Amino acid sequence: MDKHFGTSGGVGDEIDEVQWCFSQVKGAIDDDVADADIISTVEFNHSGELLATGDKGGRVVIFQQEPESKNQPQCRGDYNVYSTFQSHEPEFDYLKSLEIEEKINKIRWLPQKNAAHFLLSTNDKTIKLWKISERDKRPEGYNLKEDDGRYRDPNTVTTLRVPIFRPMDLMVEASPRRVYANAHTYHINSISVNSDCETYLSSDDLRINLWHLEITDRSFNIVDIKPANMEELTEVITASAFHPNQCNTFVYSSSKGAIRLCDMRMSALCDNHAKFFEEPEDPNNRSFFSEITSSISDVNFSHSGRYMMTRDYLSIKIWDLNMETRPVETYQVHEYLRSKLCSLYENDCIFDKFECCWNGNDSVVMTGSYNNFFRMFDRGYRRDVTLEASRENSKPQSVLKPRKVSSGGKRKKDEISVDSLDFNKKILHTAWHPLDNVIAVATTNNLYIFQDKLN
Amino acid sequence: MSDTTTETTMEVNAEARRILAVSISKLYASRSQRGGLRLHRSLLLSLVMRSARDIYHSSVPPAEPMDTSPEEPAELDLESGPQPDETSAELSLTARGGAHREEEGEPAEDKENQSPTRCSRKRRGKTSVAPHFLPSKRARLEPGEERHAALPPPPPVSCRIGPAESLTSLSLNRVIPAC
Repeated sequence: MDKHFGTSGGVGDEIDEVQWCFSQVKGAIDDDVADADIISTVEFNHSGELLATGDKGGRVVIFQQEPESKNQPQCRGDYNVYSTFQSHEPEFDYLKSLEIEEKINKIRWLPQKNAAHFLLSTNDKTIKLWKISERDKRPEGYNLKEDDGRYRDPNTVTTLRVPIFRPMDLMVEASPRRVYANAHTYHINSISVNSDCETYLSSDDLRINLWHLEITDRSFNIVDIKPANMEELTEVITASAFHPNQCNTFVYSSSKGAIRLCDMRMSALCDNHAKFFEEPEDPNNRSFFSEITSSISDVNFSHSGRYMMTRDYLSIKIWDLNMETRPVETYQVHEYLRSKLCSLYENDCIFDKFECCWNGNDSVVMTGSYNNFFRMFDRGYRRDVTLEASRENSKPQSVLKPRKVSSGGKRKKDEISVDSLDFNKKILHTAWHPLDNVIAVATTNNLYIFQDKLN
Repeated sequence: MSDTTTETTMEVNAEARRILAVSISKLYASRSQRGGLRLHRSLLLSLVMRSARDIYHSSVPPAEPMDTSPEEPAELDLESGPQPDETSAELSLTARGGAHREEEGEPAEDKENQSPTRCSRKRRGKTSVAPHFLPSKRARLEPGEERHAALPPPPPVSCRIGPAESLTSLSLNRVIPAC
């Protein structure tokens, strides 16, 4: 099983030796992308069997991995559509004369407790709890009605029978079980389920609320950074997450590049942090747009809970929770863009919010970039690789060739120059299977699934 | 001052002006975005605008008249338009706040007593001497709206009591102060 992780501790395993292969691609082929089809979030469930995507049109599509076939034990099962449902609809706030977008900002799965699956999905203002359950039997043999539902004339009923369940074609139903609304003035950027499996947090630009999953008509405000005078606003909350196994601990990141760790045991209001993580700015890298590029777009705890990872515009930083002064590791995602920040500001790309993710054993981290490139950084072997999600490399089991971007004058063969990068093709959302080397990478409107080559 | 330094200063000045123009147009465009003004984006834009403005003023060559400097943040305020959303009101006030600070720091030019031959353009009011990087079409406030935009937001009773901010939240939900 070590080989599946590729980099964990197998003898001689290095990221170079893990070969990533194309597995599947989901979504429309044509270049004309409908706005509603733009993928806005991707998330595996805790077993990796289910993969959920949310899009700008407010829909959630869940894929399920087929069981490994006995004929081909070396081949992992494909992901096929399991359920599709409309999670959020566009709404209108009449007081502020504002439309509320139906775009799904985040999906988070709840740990599975019974046969049904539960997930939380959120748009800018409202969080919903969805139950996804299977029905493969239906009752037949009623006394008072026919099988098609028509009522029988009671006078014709002469015998009694006991209705029985008969198998039917599998039906997957998604039903909204809870709606958590009207608790956020600003736009929701994160939701995170607590390890106690009873509570979760939701954060917007200025506040973080704590909810109980069963209770929809109230939530507790645990962080509020709104200044009394909005003219003094200098910082907003950009992401937040609960610790994976300490139910009292959560973190939130800010637009200034700082992360605050809070302990809910210290006080009910967590405005005062327990730990403050910030790296002093490198004066050599100071530019006009430093304030934008240092804004953190995603924060994630490692599965172990010992580390957390932050993504800002140009880099990934790994922090040890025991050291607040600086990150333990920094990886440059696309350093060649540093000299292009002005153009990226003009075309709005500098505001793109990239996410990042850990692999199952926290040895590799992954994030997206432009030109449909995505990057993986092996923490142990200090190697990185750039791969591309494109239909051109979409033959089944074809191995992905590492890509390289040349920033300097001399461009080697097979390298792509910075100026040829397509900034409309961006990978903002990626996810890594929690137990296996299978990754889901979302381009604008397509979902690519890659897996490592099994010998 | 050497020629090279002057040239560099002018380049920096031009760049700062360009970035200011781009930022202002982005701010305008974001007002009509679906989903309303995004606070995070607006904050980042205002930070860039402030940096650009600071560089613009610090790199203005001595020969150029400083006729736009006190005007421009005030222009931002006037041109913000009606403010149904609290974030845009807050931003325009930030710009206005910046103008106040700026006027304290720099000796104001005595425009009223300037020789009329200095400016050959006709003056139709403050808006006609706007810096050229501002969009040519400007939304003008009606007198009533201008008064509304100029008012500071009422101080909240408590930052923690969510229902004060939205009628919908008053009726359907309570955000409980956790104290």
